[in-house]
Amino acid sequence: MTLILEAVVFGVLTGGVYALMASGLTLIFGVMRIINVGHGALVILGAYLSFALLRSAHIDPFVSLIITMPAMFALGVVLQLVFIRPLKEDREALSVLVTYALALGIEGLLGFLFSDNLVQLNAWYETASFAVFGFHIAYVYVFGFGLCIAILAGIFLVLYRTTFGSAVRATMLNRTAAQLVGVNVDRVSAIAFGIGVSTAAAGGVIFGMTNAFNPGSHYDLISRLLTIIVLGGLGSLRGAVIAAVGMLIIEDVTAVVISPVWASFAFFLLLVIVLVVRPQGLYGIRVRERI
Amino acid sequence: MRSPSWIRAAKWAALVLVLAVALLFPAFESDPATVNIAVFTVMYVGLATAWNIMGGYTGYVSLGHAAFFGFGAYAFGLVLAHLGIQAGYEPFLFVPIAGVLTVVLALVIGWIALRTRAATFVIVTIAMMFMVQLLAENLVGLTGGGSGLSFPVPPWTGDFFDTPFYYAMLVMAVVSLLLSWWIRRSKFGLGLLAIRDDEDKALAVGVPAHAYKLTAFVISAGLVGMIGAVYGYYVTYIYPQYAIDPLVGISLVLMVFLGGLGTLWGPVLGAVILEPAQLWLAYNFGASLLYLVFYAAVFLVVILLLPRGIIPSVGDLLKRIAARRAVGPSDTASTSDAHTVAGVPSP
Repeated sequence: MTLILEAVVFGVLTGGVYALMASGLTLIFGVMRIINVGHGALVILGAYLSFALLRSAHIDPFVSLIITMPAMFALGVVLQLVFIRPLKEDREALSVLVTYALALGIEGLLGFLFSDNLVQLNAWYETASFAVFGFHIAYVYVFGFGLCIAILAGIFLVLYRTTFGSAVRATMLNRTAAQLVGVNVDRVSAIAFGIGVSTAAAGGVIFGMTNAFNPGSHYDLISRLLTIIVLGGLGSLRGAVIAAVGMLIIEDVTAVVISPVWASFAFFLLLVIVLVVRPQGLYGIRVRERI
Repeated sequence: MRSPSWIRAAKWAALVLVLAVALLFPAFESDPATVNIAVFTVMYVGLATAWNIMGGYTGYVSLGHAAFFGFGAYAFGLVLAHLGIQAGYEPFLFVPIAGVLTVVLALVIGWIALRTRAATFVIVTIAMMFMVQLLAENLVGLTGGGSGLSFPVPPWTGDFFDTPFYYAMLVMAVVSLLLSWWIRRSKFGLGLLAIRDDEDKALAVGVPAHAYKLTAFVISAGLVGMIGAVYGYYVTYIYPQYAIDPLVGISLVLMVFLGGLGTLWGPVLGAVILEPAQLWLAYNFGASLLYLVFYAAVFLVVILLLPRGIIPSVGDLLKRIAARRAVGPSDTASTSDAHTVAGVPSP
């Protein structure tokens, strides 16, 4: 019973990180109607940036976010301008290919710079832990969870309490109509992509402290993140957060009750079940869209 | 409107020439390294053509076809092991069984995945691919898990080793092309194109969209599974992460986009251009993962500069030139008109 409780607690804590990463992905989808297959690679890139800062300048991984998040924001804006904006017809399919190519490019570049040996971000709070309900939790999980909640709260505040947020939500609802009422959708798209990519940096730091990673880790990550945003309903931030926490709890509980090797499988199986019952995901609306 | 007779004659001549070169290739070229590249190139011709039946004709982009490729290989290996088939030419006769088993898997996956459309469909196919990969890793008793599955070792040696596989891949590529050609001309194919253009309108005029999509998906997957089976026998040892490789799934999609989505010969052209290039990059820069950077660069250039693919772009250009010649260079109005009615499918 303690084991299951432990699994649930860890599911919630790691679920928070996945919620952050997935919300960046679903925000990008919502605003631009594109699937950013490179999101996992950008998370790994964020982790490596912090890794480089830690190794060369001994900057604490969490503190390094002050540098990496703005840098990744800028990178996101540039990527959107150079690679996403030129796509005119058949955006959805082509954007998948373009972002896939970006993922491969990032993977190759990281492999070239850092080799494909597994590394991990180290800090004192990664090894130190405290006891609760009869098991130990490393501080990093709690700090990471807190950071994710803070950033997510920030994103929600911006989206629901600012003029820019209204412009973003208007673009998500109807791009053409938003344009008609004077929203600069190109600017909104670039900034939204930047925000999405900078959340990947934050997610990457926590992911890099709680997992060993190498340049190829993005495949596993992106398959999970995509599954989460489909489950939550594409473009729904609320859905992404709930799906992330739910999925991670189920995965961790499966690891304890059945076996760790089947944990990821449970993750995907849940997707299948939800699709059979509710193809639009938890919070998705049934869209009659053309590819 | 039928093309002028000399164009049709030229097309037939080109077709015969391509077939003759493909058939006689191993007779002229005996360097095993080159024949090896040819085997993989012809393999991708088949894979890209098969993918195009679903992705090109219906517009449903599947990034998970690597699952069927790997599943075909595993199914074939297990069938050979359980039936105790000896190495030699005999295993090739059992390739269709791998195809049938892949069709069964594709029915299940397709039934679920095709409940969704557009972006969601893409993501679901990716998730399905990782599910199949996890199964290959986890069902250790059946698949050997991470330590892999072995095939009977082909008895051929030296320069001849690649030749039977080359012809097996060629047969699969020709079968895929014939099917693709036949579907493109059939009522079924028209239905698929209608689904691509507007699925709701297609439904409204009575196209049984769901059955059609599932059929196209299953045909495409079955062909890919059979090609995977030949691949497994060729490499004689398969592992989950190499047999079900996301890179294979994305490569064949890129080939189709480069050549021309939804065209008959586009996938062939794309595969013939990209696969040797990819192998060359992997051979020269493979050690450092840097080849991925080059590959990504090629990828981005193709998509950003030629989003419609080579064949539609060149076809447009030729039609424009022909129209200009027919009406004279000053008559710009009818030139642009001829451009819009050109029978080239838009992506």
